[in-house]
Amino acid sequence: MSRAVTLCAVSADADLMVAQNIFFAVVALAMIYAAFRVVTTGNVVHAALWLVLVLAGVAVNFLLLGAEFVAVTQVLIYVGAVIVLFLFGVMLTRASMGDDESVATEKRSMAAIVALLLFAVMAIALIDSFSDSRLVIDDPQSTALVSDAIFSRYIVPFEAVSVLLLAALIGAVVVARRD
Amino acid sequence: MLLNQFLILAAALFCIGVYGVLARRNAMLVLMSIELILNAVNINLVAFGALTDDVGGSVFALFTIAVAAAEVGIGLAIVLLIYRNRRSVDLTEIDLLRG
Amino acid sequence: MSVAYVAALAGETVSIGPSVVHDANWFLKNAWLIPLLPAISFALILLFGKRLAYKGAEIGIAAVTASFVLALACGVAWLDHRDSPPGEQVVLTAAESEVVDDHADTSAEEHHQWVAVQNSTQWLQSGGVEFSAGILVDGLSVMMLFVVALVSLLVHIYSTEYVAGDRRYTHFFAFLSLFTAAMLFFVLSDNVLQMIVGWELVGVCSFVLISHWWEETPNSDAGLKAFLTNRVGDVGLLIGMIVLFFTAGHGETFDVVTINSEIVAGNVDHTPLVIAALCLTAAVMSKSGQFVLHTWLPDAMAGPTPVSALIHAATMVVAGIFLVARLYPVFFEGMQIAGSSINLLATVGAVTLVLGGLLAFVQDDIKKVLAYSTVSQLGYMAMALGVGAWTAAVFHLFTHAFFKANLFLGSGSVAHAVHSFDMKTHMGGLRRYMPRTYVTFVIGALALAGIFPLAGFWSKDEILVGTGGWGLFGGTGANGAYTFHLVMGLAGAALTAAYMTRCVYLTFHGEWRGAHTQGAHHSVPHESGPRILIPLYVLSGLSIVAGLVNLPPGIGVVPDSWTERFGHFVEPAGVGYFSSIGHATPSWSLAVVSVGIAITGALLAYRYYFVRVDRLSRRLGKPITELPDGPTTKGLGRAGYTLLVNKYYLDHLYTGVIVRFTKGPLARAANWVNQNVIDSIVDASAESAVRTGHMVYDRIDQGLVDGFVDGTGIVSDITGQELRRINSGRVQSYAAILFAAAALAAGAFVIILAL
Repeated sequence: MSRAVTLCAVSADADLMVAQNIFFAVVALAMIYAAFRVVTTGNVVHAALWLVLVLAGVAVNFLLLGAEFVAVTQVLIYVGAVIVLFLFGVMLTRASMGDDESVATEKRSMAAIVALLLFAVMAIALIDSFSDSRLVIDDPQSTALVSDAIFSRYIVPFEAVSVLLLAALIGAVVVARRD
Repeated sequence: MLLNQFLILAAALFCIGVYGVLARRNAMLVLMSIELILNAVNINLVAFGALTDDVGGSVFALFTIAVAAAEVGIGLAIVLLIYRNRRSVDLTEIDLLRG
Repeated sequence: MSVAYVAALAGETVSIGPSVVHDANWFLKNAWLIPLLPAISFALILLFGKRLAYKGAEIGIAAVTASFVLALACGVAWLDHRDSPPGEQVVLTAAESEVVDDHADTSAEEHHQWVAVQNSTQWLQSGGVEFSAGILVDGLSVMMLFVVALVSLLVHIYSTEYVAGDRRYTHFFAFLSLFTAAMLFFVLSDNVLQMIVGWELVGVCSFVLISHWWEETPNSDAGLKAFLTNRVGDVGLLIGMIVLFFTAGHGETFDVVTINSEIVAGNVDHTPLVIAALCLTAAVMSKSGQFVLHTWLPDAMAGPTPVSALIHAATMVVAGIFLVARLYPVFFEGMQIAGSSINLLATVGAVTLVLGGLLAFVQDDIKKVLAYSTVSQLGYMAMALGVGAWTAAVFHLFTHAFFKANLFLGSGSVAHAVHSFDMKTHMGGLRRYMPRTYVTFVIGALALAGIFPLAGFWSKDEILVGTGGWGLFGGTGANGAYTFHLVMGLAGAALTAAYMTRCVYLTFHGEWRGAHTQGAHHSVPHESGPRILIPLYVLSGLSIVAGLVNLPPGIGVVPDSWTERFGHFVEPAGVGYFSSIGHATPSWSLAVVSVGIAITGALLAYRYYFVRVDRLSRRLGKPITELPDGPTTKGLGRAGYTLLVNKYYLDHLYTGVIVRFTKGPLARAANWVNQNVIDSIVDASAESAVRTGHMVYDRIDQGLVDGFVDGTGIVSDITGQELRRINSGRVQSYAAILFAAAALAAGAFVIILAL
């Protein structure tokens, strides 16, 4: 859709990075397809595996944007831990492995309308505001820079997140405890 | 590269996630759709960070990943609890909020 | 940890930090111990209390005693420090030596430096903002330390007898300790962030203690009400503090001294100051029980009486007054107190003091009389702050703490004897059974009524003079002429004297009515034990003499060096971090008039209760509490009485109107719209249509009318059906509506921006 438009705009430019753009286009299309499969497939395990593809694609995007550390974390945490968690959840809830086709069409069309409306609004707003913003990625962000920022300027959010993780840990134990 | 290609990709992922949250019946699938939404947000954060050459974008993307991990943990615990009590994770059967 | 000596020349701010070190008195530097001790005691009581011989009470009493001794030592040290601040002994770091050298020169001749002692340590720095924790010791906080620690100590002692055998005795003492610690922490705060923490801690403790006996629903409801009503004001507090942080604190510091001095130096725009002052006024209205948000205070009587005494005299409710006193420049500049003759704070106070006083008349519960009396007295304090009489307000806080604690503990002593708070059914004639309680209670009542020369007289008179109203009494206010507020203050004086007379009669005079209601199985009331009486003696003694610490100047009887001692030591000294506090000229004629008005009020009530009711009750041979044909039985008086009994219908407004329409989910709103609005539209239109049809039957086709009526009915039916469908109970359809609405709103936003 509008992706084609942006790609054209890029190719017209002089200081373009052809390799990256082609790579991005391929990855983006794969991600969108995989995301569609996540929300449409009837098989829960398949959905989780499609989700792996999307999350890996997101990691590739981070690499393209020069955020190495975030990309590595994404792979470690999402592709590694979260997906395993999901698969465990699927196993424990014995979710039906078969097709999940009993969704009312009314509900689907409503959801589709809402999603399309949202996308339209966002796309219009983005094209309106950022059409000529150009990214120049010289060299990747060093991990030292990220860690310095976390432990100096962003120390308060960092502490808050650590408390949150602790609370989530305790909360998950309390909620899922069998009694 | 243009900023918009990342932003629009993120918007598309976000909307697909919203569709999943709204249309899916299985609570597990709804949780996965929420992951799509969170990842869309992360792409935005890192893209804007790259635009302004600010490390804050990456830092907050990391925070989001941490929060998402916590969210999945709690979410799955709740789903398990629902499953244990109702032998089902079908959200259309859970309507305790009806007034 | 560094001891920063706050020092600056007139109008010049020196950065707070480890730059200037000096040797203030040990007690002043280490005042942080005072709140720390009860806080430790709280933890200890919770951990070990139940295993100890006295169930933890001994830890609480020991900690609070230690706090009180330290507070006393602080007070003594302050007296010395205030008059001879160790300004010349300032040790300098090289960078700042030039500035402070000048300062050392001037300080020798004049009080140009700030004598407040600030001791703070930075515990966090993030994004260029420094978060510090520390204490600010000046006259105001030293005075508050003394009052809080003393009242708390007496309440602790009193409680050992009053709540003896209670099911949660240990828990009670633990939270008394925490309550004390929270209030002490609050009054010592040197930055607004810490004040918010203390403020909320006080709120939480009052919630816990009010609903101490939570097994009975009214008690836990009262606790909830106190907490929720205070949340309303807390929103104002947060917004006000944020505004101050970004304007006066330049987005860098929460420090009270910096904020105050920036405002005084005129470096802050007026508009944000107005906003901050209004928001903080909302906070004060909820915390200090000012009119429209005062409704939680009388309900808070559900807690044990010692807690009520603590809440009303020293902690909780005076927190609001203290907040204004501490951040006074915000209000002084924001509301332009000096120039005007009316402002929100003063008017809220004036209205509260009269309306609260009126409410005290119709209460049968002795504690509720006292509660409304507190509302009314807090109104005096808020009014005094609003009219610029800072010293008078703080002085009234000081004296009020003693006589109000005295009255509350006295009422507790009475209730301890008759096992009820109801004056009309269980009390009367108690002066014969409890003579000691009677004497102390009457002293407290006289002090509250402002009878010369008890404590309340001096402070109340100072407030009245401070209004500067009329000017016909010879005195002049320091600021504008607040005539309306003077009138309200005088009316309040009459009301106070009158309702206290009623309260004393119903409780202690006439015949004991408990025998009729309780039957023979209850023995006659008896005097309380020493652990209840000793606090009463101490407090009533203070209620007599506390006023003498701030005698007005120029009265001739005592040398001038004895007058205005309180103002001298409590007012912030020097210039820069505080608005200059004006002093009213005392007026003899006003004093005479105010005492005369109070006595008139008391005499009217006396004639009604002590003379007429008493005579009638003797003639009837059975005790009665008011005349059958009294002023409240007919006409306008009856209407006023009903209004007062229903507390101006404010609770009906809150629970019946506001809560009902916000608490219920969408369903209830939709249902209500369906039933009331749409139905009544249908009804009304149908009715009018029928009438029109009858009137002009010949000319208008009946089918048209029917069609209209039917159409309206069908439309309302469809609307109702549609609205009902929204409320399916399925989270996903709620989420769909949420996202769709968000998308539409965002779309509208985009379109508007694109235009």
